[in-house]
Amino acid sequence: MEMNQYLEVFIDEGREHLQACNENLLKLEKNPSDTSIVNDIFRSAHTLKGMSATMGFENMANLTHQMENVLDLIRNGKQQVTPELLDTIFMAMDVLERMLDSIEAGGDGNEDVSELLEKFKALEAGAPPNEGKTEAKEALEPGRSAKMDYDEFERTVIEQSKDQGFQCYEISVHLRKDCLLKAARVYMVFNLLEKSGDIIKSSPPVEQLEEENFEDSFMITLITNEAAGDIEQKILKVSEIEKVEIVPVRLEKPKAERTETGAAGSGSGEDTALKREEKDEGKESAAKKSGAGHKTIRVSIERLDILMNLFEELVIDRGRLEQIAKELQHNELKETVEKMSRISNDLQTIILSMRMIPIETVFNRFPKMVRQVSRELNKKINLQIIGAETELDRTVIDEIGDPLVHLLRNSMDHGIETPEVRRQKGKPEEGTIVLKAYHSGNHVFIEISDDGAGIDKKKVVKKAVEKGIISESAAARLEEKAIFDLLFTPGFSTADRITDLSGRGVGLDVVKNTIESLGGSISVHSEEGVGTRFSIQLPLTLTIISVLLVEVGKEKYAIPLSSILETSIIHKKEIFFAHNQPVIDFRGKVVPLLYLKDVFQVPDERETSDYLSVVVIRKGEKLAALVVDAFIGQQEIVLKSLGNYLTNVFAISGATILGDGQVALIVDCNTLIH
Amino acid sequence: MATGLEEKELKMVVFAVNGKEYALDIRYVLSIERMMNITRVPGVAPYIKGVINLRGMITPVIDLRTRFSAGEKEWDEDTRIIIVTFGDKMVGLIVDAASDVLSIPGADIEPHPDLTEGETDGFIEGVIKQDNRLFNVLKIDKVLNLTEER
Repeated sequence: MEMNQYLEVFIDEGREHLQACNENLLKLEKNPSDTSIVNDIFRSAHTLKGMSATMGFENMANLTHQMENVLDLIRNGKQQVTPELLDTIFMAMDVLERMLDSIEAGGDGNEDVSELLEKFKALEAGAPPNEGKTEAKEALEPGRSAKMDYDEFERTVIEQSKDQGFQCYEISVHLRKDCLLKAARVYMVFNLLEKSGDIIKSSPPVEQLEEENFEDSFMITLITNEAAGDIEQKILKVSEIEKVEIVPVRLEKPKAERTETGAAGSGSGEDTALKREEKDEGKESAAKKSGAGHKTIRVSIERLDILMNLFEELVIDRGRLEQIAKELQHNELKETVEKMSRISNDLQTIILSMRMIPIETVFNRFPKMVRQVSRELNKKINLQIIGAETELDRTVIDEIGDPLVHLLRNSMDHGIETPEVRRQKGKPEEGTIVLKAYHSGNHVFIEISDDGAGIDKKKVVKKAVEKGIISESAAARLEEKAIFDLLFTPGFSTADRITDLSGRGVGLDVVKNTIESLGGSISVHSEEGVGTRFSIQLPLTLTIISVLLVEVGKEKYAIPLSSILETSIIHKKEIFFAHNQPVIDFRGKVVPLLYLKDVFQVPDERETSDYLSVVVIRKGEKLAALVVDAFIGQQEIVLKSLGNYLTNVFAISGATILGDGQVALIVDCNTLIH
Repeated sequence: MATGLEEKELKMVVFAVNGKEYALDIRYVLSIERMMNITRVPGVAPYIKGVINLRGMITPVIDLRTRFSAGEKEWDEDTRIIIVTFGDKMVGLIVDAASDVLSIPGADIEPHPDLTEGETDGFIEGVIKQDNRLFNVLKIDKVLNLTEER
């Protein structure tokens, strides 16, 4: 079905335009007099209108049409940008987004927009009276009035062009009565005329012409320097044209009239032409992509996944080849395999980078949310975003949005105080939330910090004791970090009031779980009265990781390099005991020893020697030393899931297939250190 | 425990564990593999012997001898792994031998004659008699220790 492929593109582009509109609207709020922003928004709205009309989504087309009208008034200076106006447009954006969602889910995108339409009409009416909107519901017969009415803008254009020596004609085109494809003929005439000059107006307006909502004639105002006779000849060459009349335009007293052909002087031709191309070709995106500095191409995510899977298998076989080459000691083979390894390394870098998406795609919905919520809460909040260009693996991006929303809402709800309270505390009335993302090593860090009230440690402890999470005596001995960790327990909330946003106590533990399921971690740091900072650490890529392969008994295990601080060989003598827990002195720190053969109940066959091979792992500030039987070596492996039958295997995060086809289990260092 | 398919003909994979013959509806069976290296996974049920590398996919395997409390036996040339699927889960079953695929009229499935559940512990749905052979029809969800998902 033809429409379906267009539907996908429609939804994608629709969202892009809505996003662009949202961003621009926020910019407009800060610079109400900047007409270039209004023009950008207008163009987006105009394209949206065309697209939705083409796809048959009437309500959407109607709504965007109204928006476009109001925007046009603004950019012609006939309307001011007021907060109420912006609110209405924001509301319209929300409705449009909902419509897109509904369409994507297979619905028809219809919503009751009558209320919004009323608001828009009221806004329009609020403009100076000589700007009354005429929807031109009936087909106009151009024969009735020899001249069309032009608004101030159009008059200026006409006058200027005359000054420059151009002619301005009103061209009446009459189609043959038996003409079937009226819209096609109209298109051809327009096409033709645009090559000869600039169309600044048409009567009836373009939509009506496209919908064939007219009898058999229409009128076009054209600015050109060609002779009227030539133009007439050209038009007559179009089939099924009955008659052409060309009359030079004479401007009299201005009688302002609303036009919908996007009269923008020399730019008008583009808009109408574009709409036609959209309707005829189905999709026109290139011209509307403003300032696309780098060329991009849309690729279906499915294809990327297939590519990734194929590449993973390649990595496995590459490892096998390397092993065989080593065993056979065949020089040519070794060389060729080395070359292949270098090439596939480069390939790997590129493919992995294809899955990377800038976190901007997640961050960009936040400014609007913050604006909305801060208005609801009557707080003044400024959101700063740093490092939006930081890239994350696509799968991480998909999951990280919700936790971030929750943390932001927490900040706004419980962190930032009301303006009065802030004034009393001597803080600036406007609270600041900083959302920062950056790379470091093999990880991506995301920080949400606010300059709000901070976390009341005493309250946290009290609530924990109340809920029975810890005992009073244990509470007294808690370190600061442990107190903050309490926030992440299920069912915990120190909010006195449960708001719509947060305080239900189901949030932070879910946030923690989601982040940990991505292989990341979250921690919080706070100072009362000063502010709070949530820090999230996430792995850069999910599937190919570097590990250290070790032997425990006869089994092989893989320890992710990112968790390893150091490897070492220690002598039995260096082992001390602290409360029956074997520990060693590692560079001045007391580090607990964990025998992997005990942790994993490995059938023990080796004799314990005097020397122990030890892998020191780290989680945040904490260290542990894993005792293994031997180090095999460092390797890059493909992380594979254990599948969905085996759930909750202690201290194992997945498996990998080694070069010889054997399976090695991957140690989950995070659970080993608590 | 009516299968509800008494009227139809069923294709069943037939295999042997500890001298007894069993049958499993072929719609649960993906493939039958030869024995291969099993990587032990710590901390799981004793009948889950570990995981195997099934053409790039990590697949857990259950030893049916252990599952049926039948005592261990060394694996030999005849030992097979039957890859089964139930719902979205994929698991391998280690059996002593797997041979035929039989077409069996659903109506021939009779309830288990043994009133003592004993070693089979609800793993058997019923029995089929054919050519002097007695097949125990396997209840796959019980074997995998999963709740009915259909």
